[in-house]
Amino acid sequence: MLEPLYWIIRRDLTIAMRRRSDVFTTLIFFVIVVSLFPLGIGPEPGTLRLIAPGIVWVGALLASMLALEQIFSADHRDGTLEQMLLTPQPVALLVAGKVLAHWLVSGVPLVIIAPLLGLQYDLSMDALQALVISLLLGTPTLSLIGAIGAALTLGLRSGGVLLALLVLPLYIPVLIFGAGAVEATVSGLGGQSHLSLLGAILVASLVLAPLATAAALRVAED
Amino acid sequence: MSSRFINWFKFSSPATFYPLARKISVVSTVVAVVLIAIGLYMSFFVAPTDYKQGEGYRIIFVHVPASWMSMFIYLVMAGWAALGLVFNTRLSAMMAQALAPTGAMFAFLSLWTGSFWGKPMWGTWWVWDARITSELILLFLYLGYMALRSAIDDPRRGDRASAILLLVGVVNVPIIYYSVKWWNTLHQGSTIRMNQETTMEETMLLTMLIMTLGFWAYSIAVSMARVRAVILERERSANWVRELAEGRT
Repeated sequence: MLEPLYWIIRRDLTIAMRRRSDVFTTLIFFVIVVSLFPLGIGPEPGTLRLIAPGIVWVGALLASMLALEQIFSADHRDGTLEQMLLTPQPVALLVAGKVLAHWLVSGVPLVIIAPLLGLQYDLSMDALQALVISLLLGTPTLSLIGAIGAALTLGLRSGGVLLALLVLPLYIPVLIFGAGAVEATVSGLGGQSHLSLLGAILVASLVLAPLATAAALRVAED
Repeated sequence: MSSRFINWFKFSSPATFYPLARKISVVSTVVAVVLIAIGLYMSFFVAPTDYKQGEGYRIIFVHVPASWMSMFIYLVMAGWAALGLVFNTRLSAMMAQALAPTGAMFAFLSLWTGSFWGKPMWGTWWVWDARITSELILLFLYLGYMALRSAIDDPRRGDRASAILLLVGVVNVPIIYYSVKWWNTLHQGSTIRMNQETTMEETMLLTMLIMTLGFWAYSIAVSMARVRAVILERERSANWVRELAEGRT
């Protein structure tokens, strides 16, 4: 049952490693966006510390959204996706594998670089820890929900902008609890409850999102 | 058994539904005009002045029914989407498509009247209140649906893709609502509470009810008129549409 999952992750990772520039583009976008805010707002450390969780999280949201198009587009163009839908394995499982691989390539680097960006905003050690954990729980959810949008807009004109329009409203709960976890840690309330909710959303979308994505892919490849 | 099914599905064909939609549209237009006229009259002249908010509160008679409609229409659209996916009926998707602009209009109307209400009452056009924020997100969901719908040229794919989007949206709406609500209570020790008046005066309630029913009738009238246009556009190569067009000229 889980063997196709392993193979599809391995395949996607191999392809991603051969086109490494895509990975770095997402990462650099994230770093640049987050670094732009102090330039717009001013270098006041107190203000920056206050807005840091939100800024880093919104940056992560935008970066992972930009990377979404890559999940299916290449496979759609060369027909691989169609063949995948024809295999006897459940499509939702294949989708889960692709999303997981996509998260490893585009989400994990964001999580790794985030503490560095947090330092730019003078966040404390506890806050950095909360930031990493919240991103670790939140970014897979972003990939899972985003995959639905990517599948729905597959091969459409103006797919990229449309994808943003569809997916960003659905990202709001993750943003609220993700940034909220860091903020609660900063203010001394403790981010435990936020992190639990993030985990709950992750589990729910892990179950539901691949099914919706599979249905959307069937529609797109019909 | 079979006769019951025939009754159910008779009007799921665009050709049989088209004339019915016209009748429904005409009747509900009349109902809407009458009800909204009565409702507006009552909200301006009959309903008493609120002792706390003065005359400005009267915008509630448009604001609250509009918010209700915007939420309800999204649910109805999701219901049509589910029907369309299960039974593969073209008309269901057309109904969802016809409802979307009305729902978006109500969401926008609710935000707009809300901010007109907020300015004299709270002294600000916009508050990041949980309900206002959720209403804004609902408007985004409507816009996303309409954008996806219009971006897909193939009608069959458009039907099913936007149906999936609606179902995903309807699962997310409660999660979004509660997360926004919680975010709101955590962020600002909210000084403003909407709708503290749990006990409403009877005429006020009645007026609001009439306005709500009027908005219902309006939504039905407009969506039926729109679904007729959608049917004609989609079925333009069907024989009955050709005959209809020839009969007109």
